[in-house]
Amino acid sequence: MGAITLKVNGKQVTVDAAPRTLLVELLREPLQLTGTHVGCDTSQCGSCTVLVDGRSIKACTMLAVEAAGTEVTTIEGLAQGGRLHPMQEAFQSCHGLQCGFCTPGMILSAVDCLKQNPTADERDVREWLEGNICRCTGYHNIVKAVLSCRDRMAQSKEG
Amino acid sequence: MSTTTTPTPKGPLGQPLVRREDRRFITGQGRYTDDIVLPGMTHAAIVRSPHAHARILSIDTTAARQAPGVIAIFTGQDVAADKVGGLPCGWLVKNKDGSNMVEPPHPILVADRARHVGDQVALVVAETRAQARAALSLIAVEYEPLPAVASLAAARAAGAAQVWDQAPGNVCYDWHLGDPTATEQALKAAHQIVEIDVYHNRLIPNAIEPRSAIGQYESGTDSYTLYTSSQNPHLIRLLLGAFVLGLPEHRLRVVAPDVGGGFGSKIFHYAEEALVVWAARKVGRPIKWTAERSESFMSDAHGRDVHMRARLGVDKDGRFLGLHVQSQANLGAYLSTFASSVPTYLSATLMAGCYTTPAIYVEVKSIFTHTVPVDAYRGAGRPEAAYLLERLVDKAANALGMDRLEIRRKNFITQFPYKTPVALEYDSGDYHATLDMALAAVDYAGFPARREASQARGKLRGIGFSTYVEACGIAPSAVAGALGARAGLYESATVRMHPTGSVTVFTGTHSHGQGHETTFAQLVAEQLGVPVDSVEVVHGDTARIPFGMGTYGSRSLAVGGSAIVKATDKIIAKGKKIAAHLLEAAEADIEFKNGAFTVVGTNRQKTIGEVAFTAYVPHNYPIDKVEPGLEESAFYDPKNFTFPAGCHAIEVEIDPETGVVTLENVVAADDVGTIINPLIVDGQMHGGLAQGIGQALFEEAQYDESGQLLTGSYLNYGMPRAADFPFFKVGNHVTACTHNPLGAKGVGEVGAIGVPPAVINAVLDALAPLGVRDISMPATPEKIWRAIQDAKAKAQH
Repeated sequence: MGAITLKVNGKQVTVDAAPRTLLVELLREPLQLTGTHVGCDTSQCGSCTVLVDGRSIKACTMLAVEAAGTEVTTIEGLAQGGRLHPMQEAFQSCHGLQCGFCTPGMILSAVDCLKQNPTADERDVREWLEGNICRCTGYHNIVKAVLSCRDRMAQSKEG
Repeated sequence: MSTTTTPTPKGPLGQPLVRREDRRFITGQGRYTDDIVLPGMTHAAIVRSPHAHARILSIDTTAARQAPGVIAIFTGQDVAADKVGGLPCGWLVKNKDGSNMVEPPHPILVADRARHVGDQVALVVAETRAQARAALSLIAVEYEPLPAVASLAAARAAGAAQVWDQAPGNVCYDWHLGDPTATEQALKAAHQIVEIDVYHNRLIPNAIEPRSAIGQYESGTDSYTLYTSSQNPHLIRLLLGAFVLGLPEHRLRVVAPDVGGGFGSKIFHYAEEALVVWAARKVGRPIKWTAERSESFMSDAHGRDVHMRARLGVDKDGRFLGLHVQSQANLGAYLSTFASSVPTYLSATLMAGCYTTPAIYVEVKSIFTHTVPVDAYRGAGRPEAAYLLERLVDKAANALGMDRLEIRRKNFITQFPYKTPVALEYDSGDYHATLDMALAAVDYAGFPARREASQARGKLRGIGFSTYVEACGIAPSAVAGALGARAGLYESATVRMHPTGSVTVFTGTHSHGQGHETTFAQLVAEQLGVPVDSVEVVHGDTARIPFGMGTYGSRSLAVGGSAIVKATDKIIAKGKKIAAHLLEAAEADIEFKNGAFTVVGTNRQKTIGEVAFTAYVPHNYPIDKVEPGLEESAFYDPKNFTFPAGCHAIEVEIDPETGVVTLENVVAADDVGTIINPLIVDGQMHGGLAQGIGQALFEEAQYDESGQLLTGSYLNYGMPRAADFPFFKVGNHVTACTHNPLGAKGVGEVGAIGVPPAVINAVLDALAPLGVRDISMPATPEKIWRAIQDAKAKAQH
């Protein structure tokens, strides 16, 4: 075991973890941030996606020790001061989720998508989301949600 | 395409309200089974057979017992010694001769023989998940591998290995439906016979939340709790309590909290649910088991895997005269909970489709193989019927040189009710209307120009249709019981008005993505005239809700919603008595509208909130006539199935150099009956379409000859991704169901049922100029490319 210090959702934490502990295990178990989900064991489904230093990453592909010294944002930390992130709002208003299991990873991946490419079009969004599997929505309303968030963010910049 | 052909509603019914459940899911506050941590909780992992068929010679657990954190190890011997029952099958199908199907045992841990890769051999309980998993490799199981049969063909071959000694030829049952004599006569009299041979590919449901279960035993109260990712907690309680562990139901609580998708695969009672409850008592601590995805692939019930041959007799004008279907269904190694009903009562009964075919005869042989059990998966039997018929109808049009839409229209059922020759009575529908709607949405008139444009770019373009009907809300209980169902098929609801006028609804259905918390709140708000926000919906906990059958077969609104309507009707009836007293009027003179009880013809009224308050504070109250309180329960047993129907139209472009299919147009025009929330209905359509397209183009569970699962992860199973789809065009034409109070039919499965044949018909339409006449699902680029090469080679000879 060894102590790992990192910032999670704006809060500095120090956790004892075995070297083989994955970041997703660290988040779900000692930190009890169960909004980050595990949907597969081959790094394909993207349910465990979180932001590490602002970039989306599958938390099942990263050892907890690799995350030492970084700043991790999970779905629990995306809303700021009780205000939902525009991507969270867009997922709700566009009915971009059904069972909700892929949703946290999907939202965080989408946040990074627009950060990298604020003018992403439908094709860009669909290709970006290749690493996140959803079985409920046919992706239709997820893509709508990301595009609607893009438009809203563009408007608020202009305004 | 316009979303619906009904007028815009005024009340909450029919409004596209955003879902209230979303708030918790988008903020990470959802609570799935694996998120739950109980004090003192331990973790389980399961040793699974690496062989499709093997004798278990010995199990040495010595080393594993010494491993760090290991608390206990259980094998099939322990389960047998405790006389734990096997997992039961919920539907008894009879053979043609009236004898019963073969029902082999289905132990929760196998003792002497493993019958599929993934069969559960031993259970390890340890302090942590990692320790439990690490101990798996220290358990030495000595297997003697035996010959295996992994496919329908292998299981039926002469001298094939036997899955069960009591099932010669690996046949579970040999069943039939319809009139063989009338059908044979109709085929003899036909102008032409059109034949088809189709295979419905084997699919893995793949809900994104892997299955999970926590068992807890409390010695102080001698009671058990099971948290499980289930679509129907009461059914699990009944099966687990009465059949497997012999526990009294009043001491067994089953909670299905947030569940991350089901699609049928979480209907069934699984061994792991029984194991964690049984072992929790042994170790005296709660036990959690959560599947790794690779375990899901080899232990969740699979879907489809049915081979069908059919002959359709047509007259020279294209009228269907008779249909004979012979089907073989792969059930896997054991009978999963509803496996036996899927190829029979859920499939053969739909062989009339939308058409007036007067004589139909269906024969179904279900077969055991050394593979994972196969059971209901989104659509369950009905996609097989729709696929067979809609491929066959296109083939018939080709054979007669007729237009494929004309042949459909000519045979459409237009008079309702309509009694089919395969046991169902359709109550309502308008098949021409949904076909017209789809043609408009897909711009059929513009298709020839689009095809030419594709051609000019060296691409092949095709369009395909399917006009399907399906059956939802399986019922009534008495009829299903007479046909072999071992469960009731009603639904329950309790509506509790609180003293301050807010409402809690307890439903026996279960929501795992369908949005019942929103839809049912809209329904109750409409019924009782209260704000949607003052209605809470509770589901998924046998300690809170009335005995209910859960959610499957697109039944929740048609059956569960009807139970809610019955319960609110009782609330209103009781409220009238109370209001009559308060208003000093005769009960017959009280009418209820918009949340208020009014003396007819006056403005004297009491709101439902005032009536509720009086019911709980009964100071001025007709106590000799009415009990205090305002809470009513209802059970609703439907009179019939409901029959959603519609037309799906698919337009594809194929690159002949690579065989890659691009979906250019995905259109679904459906009649799902009354719609409570169009936003949610559209979402259900999208999801169903994606899974149906997945079956048609990408997905197939494959075993090698020895019974090894070749598609055991997302690396090699074709899960559809975002870039595989365009936006879908979905719309509704509503004809109301005539026999339930809502007029609802069901929407959960229609996408997965209707679309696969439309996709394949479109692919074949695109390939027709090259002479390709058939292709099997999934129509992968490789398969299409090979079909093109074969056709070219043929053309050169």
